[in-house]
Amino acid sequence: MKLLLEHAHVEGIRYYDTYRKHGGYRSVEKALKMTPDEIVEEVKTSGLRGRGGAGFPTGMKWSFLAKPEGVPRHLVCNADESEPGTFKDRYLMEFIPHLLIEGLIVSSYALGSNMTYIYIRGEYSWIDPILEEAIAEAKNNGWLGKNIQGSGFDCEIYVQRGAGAYICGEETALLESLEGKRGNPRIKPPFPAVKGVWGRPTVVNNVETLAAVVPIINNGGAEYAKIGVGRSTGTKLMSACGNINKPGVYEIDMTISVEEFIFSDQYCGGIPNGKKLKACIPGGSSVPILPANLLLKTAKGETRLMNYESMSDGGFQTGSMIGSGGFIVFDEDQCVVRHTMSLAHFYNHESCGQCSPCREGTGWMYKILKNIEYGKGKMSDIDLLWDIQGKIEGNTICPLGDAAAWPVAAAIRHFRDEFEWHVLNPEESQTRNFGLAHYADPLPVLAGDA
Amino acid sequence: MAEETPKIKVTIDNITVEVDPGTTILEAARKIGGDVTPPAMCFYSKLEGSGGKCRTCLVEVSKGSEKDPRPMPKLMASCRTGVMDGMEVKNITSPRVLEARKGVVEMLLINHPLDCPVCDQAGECHLQDLSYEHGTEGTRYEFDRRTFEKEDIGDYISLHMTRCILCYRCVYTANQVAEGDREHGILERGDKAEISTLLGKNLKNDFIGNVIDVCPVGALTDKTFRFKNRVWFTKPMNAHRDCSNPKCCGKVRLWMRGDEVFRVTARKDEWGEVEDWICNECRFEKKETKDWVIEGPANISRHSVISQGHYVNTVDQPVVIDKVIGKNPKLLLDIHDESDVNKPNVRLSEISGPAHSDDFEKKDK
Repeated sequence: MKLLLEHAHVEGIRYYDTYRKHGGYRSVEKALKMTPDEIVEEVKTSGLRGRGGAGFPTGMKWSFLAKPEGVPRHLVCNADESEPGTFKDRYLMEFIPHLLIEGLIVSSYALGSNMTYIYIRGEYSWIDPILEEAIAEAKNNGWLGKNIQGSGFDCEIYVQRGAGAYICGEETALLESLEGKRGNPRIKPPFPAVKGVWGRPTVVNNVETLAAVVPIINNGGAEYAKIGVGRSTGTKLMSACGNINKPGVYEIDMTISVEEFIFSDQYCGGIPNGKKLKACIPGGSSVPILPANLLLKTAKGETRLMNYESMSDGGFQTGSMIGSGGFIVFDEDQCVVRHTMSLAHFYNHESCGQCSPCREGTGWMYKILKNIEYGKGKMSDIDLLWDIQGKIEGNTICPLGDAAAWPVAAAIRHFRDEFEWHVLNPEESQTRNFGLAHYADPLPVLAGDA
Repeated sequence: MAEETPKIKVTIDNITVEVDPGTTILEAARKIGGDVTPPAMCFYSKLEGSGGKCRTCLVEVSKGSEKDPRPMPKLMASCRTGVMDGMEVKNITSPRVLEARKGVVEMLLINHPLDCPVCDQAGECHLQDLSYEHGTEGTRYEFDRRTFEKEDIGDYISLHMTRCILCYRCVYTANQVAEGDREHGILERGDKAEISTLLGKNLKNDFIGNVIDVCPVGALTDKTFRFKNRVWFTKPMNAHRDCSNPKCCGKVRLWMRGDEVFRVTARKDEWGEVEDWICNECRFEKKETKDWVIEGPANISRHSVISQGHYVNTVDQPVVIDKVIGKNPKLLLDIHDESDVNKPNVRLSEISGPAHSDDFEKKDK
C-alpha cells in the first residue's frame, strides 16, 4: 500500500509539472472548498498519529490550537530529522518536495496559518534549495501567496535551516531556534498550541505527518482509517538500515509483521551473508533495543506487527516503540555494548546542558560505557549505569533525557550478560564479539519468501 | 475596594495553605516554610523565566486538582508548576521525590570541584546547603572532573566556570537587570556549556555586579573581596546611602569585621534572594564606614554557617514535622533515659570551663 511514495519513482516528480500531472495539488483544490473545521474533523476521523516519534493523534493536536481573536497562528513543519537511524523525511523532501508543500498548504488552511515555517536540519544543506525551488514553483502556479486559487486565503512558506543541533528537533527548542535564540527547550506548560513561536499559538508537526494530510483529504479520513489496524491507521514510512540486504525507505501499511519486514524481499530482504538476527532498534536510536526473540514475538507469544500498539506491547519490559520509524537491524557480529556506548556519546554530545540530570548524567553514562567497552569496567558499573539512567529518565525538562536513558536501560535489561562478559573478559572483549546471545534469534527465513 | 480574587487551596505534605491563583507550588510551599519547602538552585522569583533547570525542586503531584484529581505521572518542577484548587503535592513525604532529588544533587556535584576551602562563596553557598541536606555522603563518580580555561571578565567580577551549575540566573540578571548590550550568556552545549561574555568582552554595565549575588555557587564572586576573609568571620550589617544612580536603591548589607567593611552585597531575604538590586558603585567602590548609614545587624534566616557562630539575629524556619506526619516523632532511643552523663549529680553551670569526665565520676564517690 503506497500513499506517500506512490509516485516517488516517477522521473521528474520533484518538479511541479510532473507532480501536478500525477494528481498533485488536488487536495488543495478540495480543501479550499471545505471549511477549516471540516478539514480538522477529517484528520481526526483518519486517526492519523504524529509520525515524528511520539505518535500523538494529529487531529487532536490541531483541535487544541488556541484561537484568540486577532492573534496570528502558525504552523511549523519539523524537518529537523536528526535521530540516528531515521531518514524518511529526508527521502520525502528530497524526492517529492511538492507533497510536503501540498500538505503544508492544506494544513495551514485548516489551522489558519498565513505564515508557515519549515525548520530543516542544518546538515540537510542540499535539500533546502530543493524545497525553496518547490515553494517558488508552487507560488508561480498560484498555490501560495495572496488569495490562493481565489479562495481569499493567504499563505507563505519559509524555510529555516537549523545550525546542527539534535535538540532543535524537540518542538519548543525548535521554536526558540526559529526565533533566533539558543535552542534550549522551553518549560511546558505553556504548550506551543497556546504560546508557540513569538508567543503565538503554534502547531508543530513532522514532515511525514503533514504529507499524510494530502491522501487524507484526497480520499477522505474514513478511507484512510481503513488502512492499517486498530489505532495505527494509514501508512508509515520506515527507514531501514543496519545489517540488512536492502536498506532504504519503505512505506508500509501497519499490518505487516516485523518478521516480514526484515526478511521479505519486498522490504529489507533479510540479513546479509547468512548471518543471524541478533537485535533491532525499531524506531530510531532513542527507543529501547529488542533482542530477536522479543522483536519477532511479543512476550505473550503473539506475532509482533509493525504498528504503534504491537511494537509497544509489553511496555518497556519486553516491548519497544515504533517511534520515528528508524529501523536499525543488528546481526550476530554486532556488539551491544559498543553500540550503546556510541549512542550514549551521541546523547552526551547533543544534550543542551540546560537541566542538570541530562547535562551531567549523559556524560557520566558515556564515560562508564567507554570503560566497559575498552576492558576497564567493573561489575558494579553495570548497576551504576542502571541507577544513573533511572535518575535521568522522567526528571528532565524535555524528552532528550528519556531518549538518552532508554537505550542504556534496554541494553542492560536485555543484554546484561554481554555487559558482564565484557567486564569479566577485558582482554578477549577487545579482540572478538560476544556474538549471538542464547536468547536472541532464531526464526528461520519466512517460508516461501526465499 | 477592589474585588478580591478567591483564594485556592493546595495541600503540600499534608499541610493545607491558601494562595492566590497563579502561584507556583514552590511559592506556596515557601508560605508554609520549613522542611516542606523544596530547595531551589535555579529559580529566582525576581527573574522572569528563571527556574525549571536544576531539577532540585521536583515534587510529586498526587492529585492534580479538585476538578481533575488525576495525579501527574512525572515529577514536576515545583518552581514552574502552577497550583490548582484542591491540588495535593508530596515533597518530603514522597520517597520518589527524595530519591530523584538525591540523584540531582549527585549530578550537580560530579563535576563540581569541591574546592570549598579556597572558595569565597563557602559559608553562604546554596550548593553546600543542598548537598548537606539532600545529598549522599560519598560520590560514585570516578572520572576527571570537567575543567575550563580561565576567563577574565573584568576588574570586579571573578568567573570560576568549574564551579558553575548552569542555573542561568546570571544570564537572566544580565538581560533583565543589567539591560544594555547582551554581553553575558552561555556558549557551547551539554556538559561543555559555559557562562561567558561576548568575544571576551569585560562586563561593564552599572548593575552587572548583581550577578554575584544571584549566583548560588562560587562561580561568580566579588574580585574586590577575593581571599580577603571568610564570610563567617564577617558580620552582616544593614546600611544605606544616598546613591546618585536613580535605579539603585542604595540599601545594602555590609559585611564587616570590627570597623572595616570587607564586602558590600544587596540585602537578601530568607530564601537567599536579593530584595533590591544595587549598582556597581555601591557594591565595589564604597568600602568605608563613612560612606554608609549603618542601621544595625542584619537578620540571618538561611541556615548558614554564619548563624552557627552564635549570631543574635537568626530567624528560625518553622518546624512542621508534626503536621506532616500527623504526630510528633517519637525517638526510637531516648538518650535522656539511657545516658547517665545526661543526669549527672553535678550542676554543670557551676563548673567553670568545660565539663570533664572527673566531674561526673564524683557521684560514685
